[in-house]
Amino acid sequence: MEFQSHKYSQFKSGITAGIPIMVGYLPIAIAFGMLAKTTGITMLQSFMFSAFVYAGASQFMALNMIAVGVGAGEIILATLLVNFRHFLMSASLAAKIKEDIKKYVPFIAFGNTDEVFSIISLKDEEPTKVFMLTLELAAYTSWVGGTVLGYFVGEMLPSVIGDSMPIALYAMFIAILTPEVKKSIKVAVLVILSGALNTLLGYLNALPSGWNMIAAILISSTIGVYFFLKEDEVDE
Amino acid sequence: MNKIILIILGMTLVTYIPRLLPFFIVSSSKLPKKVNRFLKLIPYTALGALIIPGAFTAVPQMPLAAVFGAGFALVYSWLRGGIIVPVFGSVLIVFFMLLIR
Repeated sequence: MEFQSHKYSQFKSGITAGIPIMVGYLPIAIAFGMLAKTTGITMLQSFMFSAFVYAGASQFMALNMIAVGVGAGEIILATLLVNFRHFLMSASLAAKIKEDIKKYVPFIAFGNTDEVFSIISLKDEEPTKVFMLTLELAAYTSWVGGTVLGYFVGEMLPSVIGDSMPIALYAMFIAILTPEVKKSIKVAVLVILSGALNTLLGYLNALPSGWNMIAAILISSTIGVYFFLKEDEVDE
Repeated sequence: MNKIILIILGMTLVTYIPRLLPFFIVSSSKLPKKVNRFLKLIPYTALGALIIPGAFTAVPQMPLAAVFGAGFALVYSWLRGGIIVPVFGSVLIVFFMLLIR
């Protein structure tokens, strides 16, 4: 019984943590469904985009490229570049998880989006598999459901609603990060360094899309290893 | 094969493989200390790069609304913590600023 109620509380906290992601994903997914329809993609294909690829920015990019007639190979290569940052996030997550998740690795890895990664990584307690899978399923449901919804009823929604929702994910990122920044000035410096590098690289526009963020993460994390956190809280 | 289906399958593979592979390469038990520290810094640096500069361009029609929305999330979570209130609060701020624009 004890075991059951522990699982239930992990399930509940997965749902609670999933709410802001669901709120943030839904309007973006609706926009994707609408745009897919206007690009001339079938309902089933739009669903498959969100259900299989499951990576927001690259899905929009693909629609754009399909609309202007870019070849499949180029679209797939661009997607690899844009989504490669998840390699770093999965590596970080794999190092963090202590519980034996063997059987669930394919699912936990599939659902490892920017938002899910942020929540799991900076959670105070050890992430359990029930928590992670619940959180991921909540996010996934919102993304796939929103896509289908957008395909059918997207144009009926007043645009001001859709326009005001994308801030939700940024607000969530900020709310996850702020307590950490408060705890440590070194973390604050590292966060700002990474953001500044990302901004600068975006301004220089020299790297393929997606790699500004990867370079910013790699450079600032490396600097962090050597200069900021000698024998610090992150080592546990 | 239909071109769109081919694109979807290709995109699925190149997205999923980088998400999956590290789970087989990395295991927390036998990592050098510096690598472990590097991996533990990624959540902070990734969030830094996800927020800056994206948060300021989240409302292209009215950048000031994005600044106010993100600013509210920062101030509220600094003072009171939590995630739900910063998220809904920032959406409402942007919503009303767009309405009265």
